[in-house]
Amino acid sequence: MNIDFEIIVFYALAATGVVSGAMVLIARDVVRVAFWLLSSLSAVAGLYLHLGADFLGLTQVLVYIGGILVLILFGIMMTQRDPGLVKLERKSTRSMATGVGVSLVLFLVLASVINSVGWASRRPASATPTTQDLGTALLTDYVLPFELISVLLLVVLCGAAYLARRRVEQSHA
Amino acid sequence: MGFQYANVLFGLLFGVAFVILNVAVLSRILAPRIKDPAKETTYECGEPAVGSAWVRFDMRFYTVALVFLIFEVEVAFLFPWAAVFHHFSKIGGLFAFLEVFVFVAILGVGLVYCWAKGDLEWVKSTSSGEAAVVPPAPRGELRAP
Repeated sequence: MNIDFEIIVFYALAATGVVSGAMVLIARDVVRVAFWLLSSLSAVAGLYLHLGADFLGLTQVLVYIGGILVLILFGIMMTQRDPGLVKLERKSTRSMATGVGVSLVLFLVLASVINSVGWASRRPASATPTTQDLGTALLTDYVLPFELISVLLLVVLCGAAYLARRRVEQSHA
Repeated sequence: MGFQYANVLFGLLFGVAFVILNVAVLSRILAPRIKDPAKETTYECGEPAVGSAWVRFDMRFYTVALVFLIFEVEVAFLFPWAAVFHHFSKIGGLFAFLEVFVFVAILGVGLVYCWAKGDLEWVKSTSSGEAAVVPPAPRGELRAP
């Protein structure tokens, strides 16, 4: 596997991710948006794998594609009152301007952060499985963050259940 | 780099090619073509479909999916632990066990909360206090609230 092949794989994955991400914005049918999102998230998972972050890539598949995307599809199935007919409408100029402004600010923040990090210019020469190293780190240096993640997930769980419950009661009332 | 990921890539390409070859190529060559209106139905040799497939699903699926998502993230964090637990158990695994026990126990509190609040109940009581018994759904449709 020479370097050219790796570059081809990288650009194929990156192009898939960017084009799918653009289609998420362009597509009018909300279900098609969800499936373009599937393509985009898969490409990002492929990029993680390409960078040798195997655990991160598979977690991306497990959590984002297996969980969040299914949740989005659930949301579509539960909210569409006139199914198959509802298309996303073009927003007014004002909301478009707001969206572009927020996106621009977010882009600038991300770009400055990405530029300020001293990235390794080369990938590790050998891609070894990272799961065991992560486990060792979680059991030694990162014990407290590990437990804090649990507390964070607890808060998210309670908040999500609370919000979903409120909606259920309102819809029954 | 390489050998394992080459396997993954090969498996991926093989899977895609398998589907395309069978669905798009082989079936066109081999399958006899006899038009029949029954073949156009959703379940060719099953029940006749009633209504559209685009029905609104019940909100309670969403709550269950949300709870599932949280525990899925929890499981994702347990994989690295499980991968090295055997190693740590040789050099005193009690700490490694207790750490994850606390991790799971904290999230267990959340499960108990959802359970106690009735989020996991399939038939919920409404805010008016009456039991919201699910009425018998029309055939072929899921109940919309």
